Amino acid sequence: MSQAQTAAQANETRELPYVAAINEAVRTVLTEQPNAFVAGEDVAGAGSVFGYYRGLLDEFGDGRVVDTPISEEGIVGLGVGAAATGLRPVIDIMFMDFMGECMDEIANQMAKMRYMFGGSASLPITVLTMSGAGMNMAAQHSQSLEVWLCHLPGLKVVMPSTPYDAKGLIISAARDDNPVFVALNKMSLRLKGPVPEESYEIPIGEANVVREGTNFTIVTYSRMVHESLKAAEELAADGIDVEVIDLRSLQPLDTDTVIASVKKTQRAAVVHEAVRFAGLGGEIAAQIQEHAFDYLDAPVARVGAPFSPVPFSPALEQSYVPNAAKIVAEVRALLGA
Amino acid sequence: MTAQPTDDVLLDMHRRMVRIRTFEQEAGKLAEDGKIPGALHLYVGQEAVAAGVMTHLSDRDWITSTHRGHGHLIAKGGEFGPMFAELFGRATGYCKGKGGSMHISNMDLGMLGANGIVGAGPPIAVGAAFSCKTQGEGHAAVTFFGDGASNEGSFHEAANMAALYRLPMVFVCENNGYGEYTPQANHQAIVDVADRAPGYGMPGVVVDGMDAVAVYEAAGEALRRARAGEGPTLLECKTYRFFDHVGVRGMGLSYRTDEELAEWQQRDPIALFEARLAELEILDADRAQAVHDETLAAVRAGIEFAEASPLPDPSVLLDDVYA
Repeated sequence: MSQAQTAAQANETRELPYVAAINEAVRTVLTEQPNAFVAGEDVAGAGSVFGYYRGLLDEFGDGRVVDTPISEEGIVGLGVGAAATGLRPVIDIMFMDFMGECMDEIANQMAKMRYMFGGSASLPITVLTMSGAGMNMAAQHSQSLEVWLCHLPGLKVVMPSTPYDAKGLIISAARDDNPVFVALNKMSLRLKGPVPEESYEIPIGEANVVREGTNFTIVTYSRMVHESLKAAEELAADGIDVEVIDLRSLQPLDTDTVIASVKKTQRAAVVHEAVRFAGLGGEIAAQIQEHAFDYLDAPVARVGAPFSPVPFSPALEQSYVPNAAKIVAEVRALLGA
Repeated sequence: MTAQPTDDVLLDMHRRMVRIRTFEQEAGKLAEDGKIPGALHLYVGQEAVAAGVMTHLSDRDWITSTHRGHGHLIAKGGEFGPMFAELFGRATGYCKGKGGSMHISNMDLGMLGANGIVGAGPPIAVGAAFSCKTQGEGHAAVTFFGDGASNEGSFHEAANMAALYRLPMVFVCENNGYGEYTPQANHQAIVDVADRAPGYGMPGVVVDGMDAVAVYEAAGEALRRARAGEGPTLLECKTYRFFDHVGVRGMGLSYRTDEELAEWQQRDPIALFEARLAELEILDADRAQAVHDETLAAVRAGIEFAEASPLPDPSVLLDDVYA
């Protein structure tokens, strides 16, 4: 075997945890784009509380990896103003829950400035933030608030489920001339998967069919992709051959891939960790009935969190968060199995 | 301290103030005649602030503005035609009719928009100042905001960050005595917003906002500091709104007295400035009147341009949501 072949093989099989893939993506962005910088709470000296900016301060200096005060509105405003005037900020909002502190700069400034200005401003901002329950962080550090963002024209929203997608989506987000939110998942930080060393993009707006199936479609994203895959294995024993679609991008939404799958399988469920009521599942179910009503053999099922804040106690949290068993139960109930 | 303004600078400031006043008076009439849709927040009475600050800025310096933003854009070099066209919601407006009065902007002039959200501008100006610092070409950012906005958390976060990073930035508080309809004494326990500056680690300066030369000199020093890497300054300009919060006569709410208004009108910034220029023999009454007449003609030409301009075609509704 030649050296090049060995290297190629090593590259194909190299596995990194999600947290390291994020780190590598941001390093790639800072290397490729001289106008890019990272700003947020604890991002420089500490390398983020989740560890994904570790080493970047030493490599790029404090002009490009910037610790901020605990001032989310100021941080997002910094991103908006810097992006409008020629830089390409990567803004860190430590927990997605903290968007409450900066929603004006997100909703009324970042999302709308280009449109309000008649297209004369560009806002190439990447926002990295952390979503999800499962770590006993209680009601203010565990939410999945992606629909807050999906409801705002002007923003793009992606939620990577794997290390591979995390790296590629962050690089794509940083090359995009629009504001893109990358909502990461805290329970996935140690999840390992193959990650090529080179720079690569995952196109924003393209879903990924992660398991092909013939008679049921699960549409999902972020950590629920893994729970859905487990559910699919279990359902296979019942003769239900599940296709699992990882949306990856929520805005724009790859409706075509979803509709094509449902036309084939004729039955579908949407699975997400966010609260079920008024969650993205409602939008996707509506789109399915708009575009594939005649193909449906059953109503579109929705699996999501109950209508309650995320509880603290591990016992309660476990019963709150959707998982493979709940997905299986929902699908079986739908099919009368 | 900044050198005293030259005669040319004084005449330049006069022209900027007259341009603002004339534009706003005509816009007010059009609004009251129902010819301009939506809400207008007019800048009449505060002209010395925009003129005194903007005379120091180039197109490469950035400003953020407020809901009362026409005056800032005019002083930054905005043209009457596309400004009126924007107020009329026409396709030829600075924002193609998608922003209107409350979001009027011009990136080529370094004007990051009027803003419908009180207090939203200072954090954005921090970002612009961060760009200026990063780019290292000596440019600066100025954020305009009112006494009302000085109570928003966004102002405090921005002031702290600007001082922390020693950004090339100036915070210009236009204290017109009212947060919308609420007098300052009912919305904060201090008289001088500039008193807050030391709490962030920056100098606070109070000037007479009806005196364009005082504003010019104080803004000159603040911008010198900013460009020299000495960090931000909070410059508070005491001024007054001659028209109502919205429109000219507004909604007829009784929240201030006619006597108070008349007292401030005695200190009309343009009249004061013209008296001073006459005394200095820089601009006599005839030449001052000529500036007003020329400006009124230009404003009328701008209105004609706007009225003759097409409305946006519905096909552009979804353009520019994304790049």
